[in-house]
Amino acid sequence: MVMVALPFVPLLLWAFSDRWFFPALAPQSWGLRAWIYLFRTAPDQILVVTLQSLWVAAATACIAVAVGLPAGRALGIYVFKGKDLLSIVLMLPVVVPSLCVAMGLHLWFIRLGLAESFLGVVLIHLTFCVPYSVFVMWGVFSNYNVEFEDQARSLGATGVQTVVRVMIPMTLPGIVVAGLFSFLLSWTQYLTTLIIGGGKIITLPILLFALMASGDRPVAAAVSLLFVLPAFFTLFFSARYLGRKGLVGVW
Amino acid sequence: MTEERRPIPLKRLPRTGAVRPLALLAPALIVVLVLFGGGLILGLPQSLGYLPAAGMSKISLKHFQRVLFDPDFFSSLGLTLYVAGVSTLIAAALSLLAAMALVESPRWLLFIFQIPLTVPHLVIAIAMAFLLAPSGMVARLFQNLGWISGPGDFPLLINDPFCIGILLTYVWKEIPFMTLMILSALKNSGMEMLDVGRTLNAGPWQRFRYILLPILLPSLGAAGLIVFAYTFGAFEVPYLLGQTYPMSLPVWAYRNYSDVDLAARPEGIAIGIVIAVGVTGCIIASQRLARGQKRRGTVF
Repeated sequence: MVMVALPFVPLLLWAFSDRWFFPALAPQSWGLRAWIYLFRTAPDQILVVTLQSLWVAAATACIAVAVGLPAGRALGIYVFKGKDLLSIVLMLPVVVPSLCVAMGLHLWFIRLGLAESFLGVVLIHLTFCVPYSVFVMWGVFSNYNVEFEDQARSLGATGVQTVVRVMIPMTLPGIVVAGLFSFLLSWTQYLTTLIIGGGKIITLPILLFALMASGDRPVAAAVSLLFVLPAFFTLFFSARYLGRKGLVGVW
Repeated sequence: MTEERRPIPLKRLPRTGAVRPLALLAPALIVVLVLFGGGLILGLPQSLGYLPAAGMSKISLKHFQRVLFDPDFFSSLGLTLYVAGVSTLIAAALSLLAAMALVESPRWLLFIFQIPLTVPHLVIAIAMAFLLAPSGMVARLFQNLGWISGPGDFPLLINDPFCIGILLTYVWKEIPFMTLMILSALKNSGMEMLDVGRTLNAGPWQRFRYILLPILLPSLGAAGLIVFAYTFGAFEVPYLLGQTYPMSLPVWAYRNYSDVDLAARPEGIAIGIVIAVGVTGCIIASQRLARGQKRRGTVF
């Protein structure tokens, strides 16, 4: 427990310190300078960057779930020829570093006008968020009993009604977790956003690297705390609805 | 919760033609094949020097050659293998201990233990910098204990030749992942087998060596390969906590790629392709291991 908590100690101390010189173990003076700087002195910057991060991650997560849900259903419910091969192909982007993909796509995104654009960044994030979402939904649908749908159909439900009234409510926790995982993956991306976004699309991790380079520890610590919030939210939600196993996927 | 809902009797998966599942898989396949596959395939001509926009249109292997025969390549490769290998081994050893300690622990303790899973690498790397820098918290503690007489006395633990900061960041992130992967194997069959071993008078070492290790090794190996592959290709942590020379392969790739000299760009992509090939090899090995384990699907 101590080991888990240890890295958060300096972040919290620095984020709420005004003056903290070597070799004092605790800040000489506590205060909210970093937070005042973020929300008063440079509110445009932090607001714009946070919103940018939120929109990119939210758009990526929505598309990843919309694409991942049918794919997860196919893998979880059916046995068919070529399933093993297809599942390996779909899972490959989880492991092959996104750096390689981003470098390859960059030139072509420039030609297509997708570089330095919101859409371009979402597309590069989708390359690894879609496989994660497929993987989570695969797990959800392998515990899903299709017979409930058959019963709904035999009671006269239409195809759309079956999806909206039976399938989606039954798989909702899984859908939310797949969305949260994709959101988190996109939210924490640094290099792919930098390559494709080309300095035009600035997200929180890019701001964090800049802050670390400038050496302003209190502000960097404050932004780190802001940055880590969705991680805790995801952890709480998925621990509650998926149990222990589902969490491994997000690593 | 899904876990409680599971005991619905094992249903047979309906066997169908490939048309319906393929239609459902199509959107995901399009994203992966076009964007991911496309990125890798389009990277190849660029790494071979085909960059008409920069006035380069001769295809040759010289960029791969230049990369592979560069003495920096071997120091970079060595450093990357060292970081990925050592962090994975330390995490694997500690995960074995953690799994045995946690197998009958209350839920809240397991929950705390899972926190590192979702925390971004970048945040932990920043925290490590605050902890381990020459003016960081550990140095302050040592100074107050009178062990060192100034920040200059404190050993270099970040941006250092042994990559201590990078290793600690990875180990912190990896232990819960690997532990959870082997915990399910331990809970499924391990505990009963241990009881059997005990009734047969096996000593603690024998129980570990002949019962636990064979049961846990497949999932530990698979988890280890995933972690190794990830750290081999990861950029942020070595970029923030690594030294300027030698750089890890991904950092070196990006440095070349973003060089003001456009001629260095193909070399960056060539390094990227070398990384991708290495990592894919790892994962194929991991799939083989997992298949021996007869568990559903992939091992992520």
